[in-house]
Amino acid sequence: MSSITFTPVNERAVGQQGSVEAVRTGIWVGIFAITMSFMAFTSALLVREGSGSDWQHVVLPQILYFNTMALLVSSFALEMSRRYISGATMIQQEAARKGLGWLCLTLVLGAVFLAGQLVAWHQLAAQGIFLATNPNSSFFYVLTAVHGVHLFAGLAALVYLIGRLTASHSTFKRSTFKAVAIYWHFMGVLWFYLLLIFRTRL
Amino acid sequence: MGKLFAVILVVIALASAYPIVTHMYVAPPDISTHGHAIDEQLNDTMLEAGFSFLAAQLLLALFIWKFTGRKPGSPLKSLPGGARALVIFAFVLVGLEILGLGVKGQKAWASVYFTPAKADALQVQTQAGQFAFYFRYPGADGKFGALHPDKIDEGNQNFFGLDPANEVDARDDIVTGELGIPVNREVHLLMHAKDVGHSFFVRELRIQQDFVPGLDLSVHFTATATGRYEIVCTQLCGLGHYNMKAYLNVMSQEDFDKWLKQKASEQ
Amino acid sequence: MQESSVQQAHVHAPPEGFLWKYVFSLDHKVIGKQYFALGLVAVFLGMFLSWLMRIHLVWPNVAIPGLGLLSKAGAPGGVMTPEYYLSLLTMHGTLMVFFVLTNAPFAAFGNYFLPIQIGAEDMAFPRFNMMSFWVTFAAFLVLVTAFVIPDGPPISGWTAYAPLSAVGKDAGPGLAWGQNLWGISIALFCIGSLLGALNFIATTLDLRAKGMTLMRMPICTWAWFITACIALLAFAVLLPACILLILDRTAGTSFFIPSGLVISDHLQPHSGGSPLLWQHLFWFFGHPEVYIAILPSIGIVSHILINSMRKPMLSAKVIIFSMMSIGFLSWMVWGHHMFVSGMNPMSSLAFSFPTLTITIPATIIVLITLGSLYGANIQITSASLFALGFISMFVAGGVSGFFLAQPAIDIRLHATYFVVGHFHMVMGVASLFGVFAGTYFWFPKITGRMMNESLGKLHFWITFVGAYCIFMPFHYLGLVGNIRRYSSFVNDFMGPLMPLHKFITIAALITGAGQLIFLFNLFYSRFKGAPAADNPWNATSLEWTTSSPPPWDNFGDKHPIVYHDPYQYGVKGSKGDYVMQDSPEQVPGEV
Repeated sequence: MSSITFTPVNERAVGQQGSVEAVRTGIWVGIFAITMSFMAFTSALLVREGSGSDWQHVVLPQILYFNTMALLVSSFALEMSRRYISGATMIQQEAARKGLGWLCLTLVLGAVFLAGQLVAWHQLAAQGIFLATNPNSSFFYVLTAVHGVHLFAGLAALVYLIGRLTASHSTFKRSTFKAVAIYWHFMGVLWFYLLLIFRTRL
Repeated sequence: MGKLFAVILVVIALASAYPIVTHMYVAPPDISTHGHAIDEQLNDTMLEAGFSFLAAQLLLALFIWKFTGRKPGSPLKSLPGGARALVIFAFVLVGLEILGLGVKGQKAWASVYFTPAKADALQVQTQAGQFAFYFRYPGADGKFGALHPDKIDEGNQNFFGLDPANEVDARDDIVTGELGIPVNREVHLLMHAKDVGHSFFVRELRIQQDFVPGLDLSVHFTATATGRYEIVCTQLCGLGHYNMKAYLNVMSQEDFDKWLKQKASEQ
Repeated sequence: MQESSVQQAHVHAPPEGFLWKYVFSLDHKVIGKQYFALGLVAVFLGMFLSWLMRIHLVWPNVAIPGLGLLSKAGAPGGVMTPEYYLSLLTMHGTLMVFFVLTNAPFAAFGNYFLPIQIGAEDMAFPRFNMMSFWVTFAAFLVLVTAFVIPDGPPISGWTAYAPLSAVGKDAGPGLAWGQNLWGISIALFCIGSLLGALNFIATTLDLRAKGMTLMRMPICTWAWFITACIALLAFAVLLPACILLILDRTAGTSFFIPSGLVISDHLQPHSGGSPLLWQHLFWFFGHPEVYIAILPSIGIVSHILINSMRKPMLSAKVIIFSMMSIGFLSWMVWGHHMFVSGMNPMSSLAFSFPTLTITIPATIIVLITLGSLYGANIQITSASLFALGFISMFVAGGVSGFFLAQPAIDIRLHATYFVVGHFHMVMGVASLFGVFAGTYFWFPKITGRMMNESLGKLHFWITFVGAYCIFMPFHYLGLVGNIRRYSSFVNDFMGPLMPLHKFITIAALITGAGQLIFLFNLFYSRFKGAPAADNPWNATSLEWTTSSPPPWDNFGDKHPIVYHDPYQYGVKGSKGDYVMQDSPEQVPGEV
């Protein structure tokens, strides 16, 4: 990475496609829908807990806590990156390079989280606990998988951002960066919520 | 064309109401102790809904008649009172309807579901499966044998999965293909689904209740007229759904005792 | 450091080449037309299935030519088996509810006209918009694939009640791969609808032209916006439900399947699941879905009626707030589908009252519309006929809801043809009347040609009278106790009812054939219709300020500025009795 050549373009005027407002609204509406889906999963879990006598405690793999830390730090790294890249009106090369570094760290930590989730599945499977073993394991696998899919979309967005930042002649929109950041933090919050559900209900 | 529309609308509205007003299509008479409340509720609702339907359609026809095909430039008028009057009207009228019907309907509903079955009610269990109903009476000991799904064997007529070899309670259970009950005595029907969702519906009895697999549900009722009535399944349960039916046989107490004895001897 | 591109004038460049112009187009107008085309295919397919079912019900032994070719097992020699009847029933319901009633009034017209009516160049996220259509299209293909697989389409109805839908092939034909395809299709449909709803909401909130305040949006824009908010929540719940259903079916989990089920002599290897859980999740989506189908049509009809009456509604605001309260209440009523499902009897009452309460905003909408007709100067066109017919249908289908909202009465009417009559009229026919009205009204804008009015009126008369002849008698059948979803009527009491059933079938055949007039008119007018002016109906909203059809960026180089409420009719304007939204001229009395 000899030089980073990007410039934040002027944001679009109000009332146009891809404007700051539309992207921000879009991301919050999306978060709202995802929240609703997880509410549905949660109520299914609570109903299912009460409907059968086969509710069995699942011992959560310890690696989940390591994964949680990775996700937490990744959110911090993303904020650091945002401070460097979005903070100034004119981006200095040095700051931009640092920002890009933090962004890459976010990506790596996100990937570590996903890999860690796979390890957790593997550990459960090694104990003979599979998707259909009992309702608790069913919900564990389903919820982690659905969260993982959403987080994977976040990873793709990070890759896109890095691509935009490193391309030689590219436009770069702060609103997009901010939207990705909001989404990524939401993934963290969602994971904390799921962990809480796992700890108290499974 | 507006005038034609108005006329057709009036004809349709009146023609729609005609079979209702002349009782052309009616349910069979009620044979239960709780059913009159349901029927009354339905009739009251029919009055109010029918009135709303006719009023709206005729008003629509009237306005279409009057306000189409006017000379160009005819002065536009606005309804006296405007939107506010209509909103208040809707709140008051529909609000009263809701309160009136809702509170009264609650009683009808309560008469079916909120009073528990009496202790001396005749206990019968019914099992719904693709695509037949079976009924089980506890026999002399008054106790039902336990159900063992793994022991269900239709070929050997063990529809419920009983285990008389090992369980005393199951030995005198009487299993039948029709629901025989005594007249004027409360029946407590315990509902069990063998496979998928079904429903228990007797039109004359004003009883409809789903069988939900995994849930122990029950209904209770008292039949007031002897006779044979169709029990049908109303919850889509598979290819034979349309043909899933049994009979409710309401008998005098003596006939019922004889019938049950007869069935017991056939086991 | 390099200075990069200046601010782009357009969100996407004008499309080049057939593929990008008409297939993978980012243009909301093309996407709207694609949704409309999909809805058109689905509605004729669905209608055709209903013909087959109606014929089978009254002439059970008649061989239907060609049906044997479609399914050798389902209709040997053209005579339908009971299970094939249920397959068709499932496909009819699924096609109509999802691919017609959700697609046509909401996705098709909403996509085409929402951005134009608020003065935007396109949707907020054109790529998501394109994806939403193609995912929906994939959902359609997956669903109709069920017709050609050996297993056949599922027989569990469009509500797919577990455990019938969850246990797999033991429960009957179509419940192995047919049901899997159904689950995948609906899951895909949810994803497509969520993307669409997200776009509608962001576009409405953020892409409005200068001067276009929220209260200056046309009623139909509001209806699409409110519908999008409902859809966002509803499909976000149905998607998890579908995922859990698919897992129960394919991965051996037990979310919806309890223990101890013996099906086809097999003890099912499941335990502890809750069939009622599926019903709750499904109806939590399913009831709002009813409003997803009807609200856009209420909006479209209001929009058209105001134009035909040449005067504004008594209060557009009251209609908008009524639609909002319907949307809000729709979240508290799902249990009214489950009165006899074994819910706690207390909760039946808790669900009954909000259901009855929905009658209030619905009545207000009808009364405001009726009241606005008073003193109007109604112009009779195909569009306004269907809009007026909508009011009649909405009332006719709505009053029967008053019966079904009461649990006590539901004991008698649940699962009878009364229910079928109710939802076909209020959600099916009424909603389709909105779509027909919208088509006749907006066709000149979309194609630049007028539709044939004589054919349009003929289509209206057949459809209006026919719809009453088909669906009113359903109520009578239900009052007697005629059960729905029966492939033939073996009940003792059915004899005297069969003439009525025959009458319905004949009415359905005639009314269905009448729809071919509409289809012909669509194609005929598309190519041979009289050229349309930019504003053939002397209308006021922004879609009529641009050319017919609009350019790819909707308004060319000008950006509309809005000065007025959407419905300045019955005023003295420079062009006649109306003033367009983007016209700077003063309207006396306007705030």
